[in-house]
Amino acid sequence: MGGAADILELIKEIRGRRIKVLVAKLGLDGHDRGAKVVARALKDAGMEVIYTGIRQSPEQVVETAIQEDVDIIGVSILSGAHIPLMERLISLLREKGIDDIPVFLGGTIPLPDIPKLEEIGVDKVFLPGTPLYDIIKYTVEAVKKKRSRGN
Amino acid sequence: MSERDSIKEVLGKATKGDKAALGRLLTIIETSPKKASMVVSEILHEEGGAHVIGITGIPGSGKSTLISRLISHYKDKGLKIAVIAIDPTSPLSQGALLGDRIRMQEHATSPNVFIRSVPTRGVKGGLSFSGVTMIEVFDKLGYDKIIVESIGVGQTDIDIMNVAHTIVVVTTPGLGDDIQALKAGIMEIGDIYVLNKSDKPEANKTYAYLDFALDLGELGGVDKRGWQPRLLKTSAIMGEGIRELADTIEEHLDYIRSSNKYTEKIQTRRMLMVKLLAEKIFLEKLEETAENSGEVRLEKDNNLYQASINLIKKVSRELERE
Ligand code: B12
Ligand SMILES: Nc1nc2c(ncn2[C@@H]2O[C@H](COP(=O)(O)OP(=O)(O)O)[C@@H](O)[C@H]2O)c(=O)[nH]1
Ligand SMILES: [Mg+2]
Repeated sequence: MGGAADILELIKEIRGRRIKVLVAKLGLDGHDRGAKVVARALKDAGMEVIYTGIRQSPEQVVETAIQEDVDIIGVSILSGAHIPLMERLISLLREKGIDDIPVFLGGTIPLPDIPKLEEIGVDKVFLPGTPLYDIIKYTVEAVKKKRSRGN
Repeated sequence: MSERDSIKEVLGKATKGDKAALGRLLTIIETSPKKASMVVSEILHEEGGAHVIGITGIPGSGKSTLISRLISHYKDKGLKIAVIAIDPTSPLSQGALLGDRIRMQEHATSPNVFIRSVPTRGVKGGLSFSGVTMIEVFDKLGYDKIIVESIGVGQTDIDIMNVAHTIVVVTTPGLGDDIQALKAGIMEIGDIYVLNKSDKPEANKTYAYLDFALDLGELGGVDKRGWQPRLLKTSAIMGEGIRELADTIEEHLDYIRSSNKYTEKIQTRRMLMVKLLAEKIFLEKLEETAENSGEVRLEKDNNLYQASINLIKKVSRELERE
């Protein structure tokens, strides 16, 4: 849990190193509040956030990630269609030879679906009510881990 | 592999149409001035003949929506289009929320379209340099239309607009008789003025006002000899007036190609790259030196001017040593 001191520490870490995040709404799903809240929180923490807007296809999300050359992709789904959508998204990424961009997911995801999503290749799942601090912290650490692998 | 070889490799792939490589190349330009310079030396020997179109105007005037319509128009003509969408970095958090793409996502998967969002970043001169260098790269890669979106506030945005062949200033109804809109600086730089959101009821009144201002010479005042600035109405939402806008942009391109302004702009762009990189390198070093140097002080008996010159000399010495 993030106290004020932890948050300051984290923000200090974010500054000076550029972190570019894609926040995407995947599928036929108009619930954009969560995605916007997360996008704003990441921005306020000092990251560069590209928001796609609602109703994106997996193809659009992958192309956007490529053209913007982002470090990490955060997907928001509250439609219930997370399994097929994430399957398609991640297989498209692999087809393009991209295996170094972590993909994380937020929204109304039933707990029993999480292992399946992880198997598909989703790095981490955030459920409704997640404190924004946890999401910021995860994002920084995931990008750090990715970079330490030499990307 | 040497740095230069790896840049050549990425550039080679990008030239063959690999968008991931192009994406990476643009990141290199944004993050490392030294590597950006290597990229530039690889591509400078030839130019592609692209038409650089600057689209500026206050936030919310409909620039991104309008650009999306222009992309559709150009795509139908079989052209290759690049968009550089500039959004401000928050001075407080140093983060940025880049939302221009939202309006253009229908083109995300088009093979002939490449859209890149660019935050202004804190570093002085930094964006201008990477923005101008990105234009150079898109030009070399054979893009026909390079569209730059920015809000036109501050030196950075003005610099970027200065390298555009054609400048389109977008405004909306309701701002019409607000003199602030005219004072904003950008109202002077347009080759083409667009009253967007002309579907709104107040549009006619604003149009009449802008038309009057144009007649008076209050619009497009700066160095527009030989080209009479135009005023057009569009509704980006309804898709109205887009053909007329695209035609007028082409007319302006014909005008600059028939005068020597087209090549002049390319020279301006290249001069700017040198100037902006110099500025960036110098200012970054200045900040570092001023922070680390105990000598930067102003005593009672010191001459302020001399102290500043001494600091400049110190910065130059440090740069010399690198
Ligand atoms: C508000 C709301 C709406 C609003 C949406 C307004 C808007 N513009 O967003 C309106 C009224 C329009 C709406 C409509 C519908 N809704 Co609704 N809606 C909700 C509700 C009550 C809250 C969602 C919300 O905004 N929460 C607040 C935000 C901040 O939380 P959040 O989105 O969950 O985000 C958090 C986390 O999930 C996570 N997160 C989310 N996105 C991301 C992204 C990243 C990258 C990360 C890291 C984290 C992350 O972090 C956030 C912060 O903690 C939920 C129920 C619920 N309690 O979740 C139902 C709910 C999502 N809706 C539901 C349904 C069925 C609908 C409708 C189909 C109803 C209908 N029959 O008409 C329509 C469909 C609309 C559409 N076009 O898609 C169902 C979905 C069922 C499912 N998943 O199978 C839910 C779960 C209600 C239910 N229990 O049945 N809805
Ligand atoms: N009524 C109307 N709204 C428009 C028009 N063009 C854009 N908009 C809306 O104006 C808002 C801002 O548009 P956007 O393209 O993002 O503006 P930008 O900030 O200048 O890039 C959005 O809600 C658009 O849908 C138009 O021609 N008419
Ligand atoms: Mg915009």
